[in-house]
Amino acid sequence: MSARFISIEGITRRFQAPDGGQTTVFEDIWFAIARGEFVCMIGHSGCGKTTVLNILSGLDLPDDGAAIVDGKAIEGPSLDRAVIFQSHALLPWRTVLGNVAYAISSRWPKWSRSQVEEQAKRFIEKVGLKGAEAKKPAQLSGGMKQRVGIARALSIEPKILLMDEPFSALDALTRGTLQDEVRRICLETGQTVFMITHDVDEAIYLADKIVLMTNGPEAMVAEIVENPLPKERDRNQIHRHPAFYAIRNHLIDFLVSRSKTFKSEIPADYDRRKPPVILPQSQPQPLPPSHEAGRKVA
Amino acid sequence: MRQTSLRLRAGIVSLSILLVFGLAWHIGVSGSGPAQQMDPEYAKLMGQTAVQGKSAMPGPLDVLAKIWSHLKEPFYDRGPNDKGIGIQLAYSIGRVLLGYGLAMLVALPLGFLIGMSPLMARALDPFIQIMKPVSPLAWMPLALYTIKDSSISSIFVIFICSLWPMLINTAFGVSSVRKEWLNVARTLEVGPIRRAFTVILPAAAPTIVTGMRISIGIAWLVIVAAEMLVGGTGIGYFVWNEWNNLSITNVITSILVIGLVGMILDQALARVARAVSFPE
Repeated sequence: MSARFISIEGITRRFQAPDGGQTTVFEDIWFAIARGEFVCMIGHSGCGKTTVLNILSGLDLPDDGAAIVDGKAIEGPSLDRAVIFQSHALLPWRTVLGNVAYAISSRWPKWSRSQVEEQAKRFIEKVGLKGAEAKKPAQLSGGMKQRVGIARALSIEPKILLMDEPFSALDALTRGTLQDEVRRICLETGQTVFMITHDVDEAIYLADKIVLMTNGPEAMVAEIVENPLPKERDRNQIHRHPAFYAIRNHLIDFLVSRSKTFKSEIPADYDRRKPPVILPQSQPQPLPPSHEAGRKVA
Repeated sequence: MRQTSLRLRAGIVSLSILLVFGLAWHIGVSGSGPAQQMDPEYAKLMGQTAVQGKSAMPGPLDVLAKIWSHLKEPFYDRGPNDKGIGIQLAYSIGRVLLGYGLAMLVALPLGFLIGMSPLMARALDPFIQIMKPVSPLAWMPLALYTIKDSSISSIFVIFICSLWPMLINTAFGVSSVRKEWLNVARTLEVGPIRRAFTVILPAAAPTIVTGMRISIGIAWLVIVAAEMLVGGTGIGYFVWNEWNNLSITNVITSILVIGLVGMILDQALARVARAVSFPE
């Protein structure tokens, strides 16, 4: 059961096209996430990554299929699943403390004010914003705003953390620090995370598994890449790991060419319900960048 | 430093404009001495305009003296046609606040409904579009006929004219609350009532208050005209009554007072607007 804590079962999403017809963003997608796993989804713009995340958060519903969490189909938003939005989505008329407290008092409506504040302060401190509690979002830098967004999401102690390109609007330095902190916090608490990104290095650094989406419309899951790097990884050392370039080349190769061509050359044994799981292995030669670089393990 | 000096300079310029204007006014209306010799009895009949060449228009000093006399005794009441300017103002302000308050009670909830429901927005749009450009005074006969009370009728006219800007701004503010803020509330499983008060209301508040500020301005413009029409009490009636008394001094005094009260009402709402605004 724990291997399928989150189970995406054959979801399809169609949107009304401007000409009156229907566009199928993605069709019949299957994959699963185990408890405590950090899964990234990679794909080009328009492949429906955000829609998959919205379905997981309950903000959107699939036209077919179901997203199942802990044995129950998702029918709407839930406090069990916290979302970190790309645009941080803080309420600008509330202070940092107020924004986090709003989430906490939604989660535990019976808590007293002091209980709520205590919990809020704990998480604000956890993301390194101690001292900024009384500031309004407009007084914060982009990185600090996103830290508040992270504190707000974590403070309700969700079963699942959903992140929609949370660091894409930040500068490289801030992005790095925030990645480190999110990784540390998630490892500490054994948080189950589903994150969307189009940054290959971010995915390699953070994820246990990476779901690759082909280009939309009618996008599909091409394969699931297992991260060969050890769970304990150091941002400054991972590029020395023998498998680092194998997985990096594999991902880049997919994004550059195979995401386009995958649908026209679907392998004979491809099964939508069980997308192939690839474990990229270290190669003796530096650059043989093709899908042979990975060895099928399932 | 630069800021204060700019303020100071602006103040000096304002004051000089006032002085120049006052002086020109004073010279413009002061007489050029006795125009011609005439029989004293005849001169009495002709009045000062003919005798001394003095304009019927009061000078600034006359107006100042009048203002001073009103300030000394703003609330006297010597019968229906002779009440202090303070009492008249109080009537007008009372009517405006009543009509405006009633309009708020209707416009804010209705605006919320229109803003949140695309169906209601479309369904009510033709009515709003047709009713909005109607001069509120056009409602007066209908109000007098149905309500049969001139004072309540003028309150109704204030209600009608304050309604539209508040209604339209509330609907617009509510409908344009950012999707991401609503999504935050949805993912936190915030109920509809709490969402309305903790997300939609604060997000739409600056737009709503802008509508309220437009409304109070219009209401204060309209009350003068409405009271001229229905008579009895109020600053509008006062102006018209003083015109009938040919007391231009009092008319000018009222103009100044009306402007002052209008400014105070507007500034009060500007304060509210600052309180609910938020930087992004």
